[in-house]
Amino acid sequence: MSITQILFWFLTVMAIGSALMVITSRNPVYSVLFLIATFFAISGHYILLNAQFLAIVNLIVYAGAIMVLFLFVIMLMNLNTETEPQKNKWLKFAGTIAGGCLLLVMVAALRDADTKTTTALMKEGDIGLVQNLGKTLFKEYVVPFEISSVLFLSAMVGAVVLGKKD
Amino acid sequence: MINLAIDLAFILEKLVLIAVIIVISLLVALYTTFGERKVAGYIQDRYGPNRAGPGGIFQPFADGIKLFMKEDVIPSSSNRFLFILGPGIAMTMAMLTSAVIPWGNEITIAGRTISLQIADINIGILYVFGVVSMGVYGIMIGGWASNNKFSLLAALRGASQMISYELAMGLSIIALLMLTGSLSLKTIVDQQSTGWWNFFYQPLGFLIFLICAFAECNRTPFDLPEAESELNQGYHQEYSSMKLGFYLFAEYVNMFISSALMSTLYFGGYDIPFVNDASMGQSIGTNWLAVLQAVSLFAKVGFFLFFFMWVRWTIPRFRYDQLMKLGWKGLIPLALFNMVITGLIVLIKENGWPF
Repeated sequence: MSITQILFWFLTVMAIGSALMVITSRNPVYSVLFLIATFFAISGHYILLNAQFLAIVNLIVYAGAIMVLFLFVIMLMNLNTETEPQKNKWLKFAGTIAGGCLLLVMVAALRDADTKTTTALMKEGDIGLVQNLGKTLFKEYVVPFEISSVLFLSAMVGAVVLGKKD
Repeated sequence: MINLAIDLAFILEKLVLIAVIIVISLLVALYTTFGERKVAGYIQDRYGPNRAGPGGIFQPFADGIKLFMKEDVIPSSSNRFLFILGPGIAMTMAMLTSAVIPWGNEITIAGRTISLQIADINIGILYVFGVVSMGVYGIMIGGWASNNKFSLLAALRGASQMISYELAMGLSIIALLMLTGSLSLKTIVDQQSTGWWNFFYQPLGFLIFLICAFAECNRTPFDLPEAESELNQGYHQEYSSMKLGFYLFAEYVNMFISSALMSTLYFGGYDIPFVNDASMGQSIGTNWLAVLQAVSLFAKVGFFLFFFMWVRWTIPRFRYDQLMKLGWKGLIPLALFNMVITGLIVLIKENGWPF
């Protein structure tokens, strides 16, 4: 077993374990913290795939900025287990069915996936490095890239408009 | 049978390096607390600590023993696990950045070349930002888990302050990256040791970075999360003993690391000023050169640490609305302006004057 494989199994167990804890833990603050742990594990996978830029941006944007806002909201709402209303029995039932359907679709989709020929490149491939990624983004995909920045701008303007309305 | 294919010598080398850097960081932070009290004494025209040892040199150890010996109180209404986790996260995140800072050039021991940098990754600066953005959690978790409204208010203040100033910090760094063309801190230092220091190309960027570093470390004039007169004591109000010590100490480690980062990015890192490092290495050997380079870096770091203290005892605290106004309406437009101007100059330099 090489060190890459050890890391892979460690990160996999961490990702799945903490993802499960996100939905099973009773305290919503714990859920957020486990979600952050999941992001860390996924970033670790990105590093194993040599996609360093993606890994670190995942951490900065999701774990560093978005989850802080989640934590803000949850901490200020002060959700305690005592004050939380009991969920409707039928709602739980519907949730189970919806989740089961999703699982069915996933299994059906993955059954036909060709796993033999498309193995992931571990520690190889240099498309994920910042230099190559930047060149690709600004040469081949420059129009979609710029259009997505317009999308961000409109989101920003929208936030300002919502914030201005007293 | 499973073979473990691990390069043991490599791991051992890195472990020793990590241990040495952590011990040095902690020692420097320890003596920064002492230095701060001495500088405060000097500025306020009094002696400062002078009882423990000659000139008060053992004062930090006395403080440490005092913190360890105190009763460790965990409030019964707090969230016990997160209450303990908070200071741990604050301390860990403060130390993590030291992994990408180059502390010196290579040394050779018994035929093995060892780089005095734990990890030379080609996303060094982005890694620093990742860790900085994680630093918020230590304050937020600690403040919330204390179950005290003043702690929570202080934690929210701290988190929003750090998020706001991270933006301006990132923008000021982008201008620097346009010039260096590399995200690796080692490459940035190498470029500076052959040419001019980046400070001369990016004075405005450095000023913005410096102000943001003050805000990120929660230092005066931006120490609103621990504004005693408004919030009793701040986000660590319920903490006692070594957990409080961890929070206070993390601030000093943060100061040390951000000083090292400022020296690395803008003041040549381990480059010895006015000396051609490469030719000096040939005359005295690379090992001694590395030692001298580390000394040079630490001299720069020492200056910045003094600067942190100097500002703390000179400038009063900002009001909260002034803080946000400075961050969003002052620094971010200024950093954007700096970025546009730098981009324009780089473009003209590469392609020539187009008119």
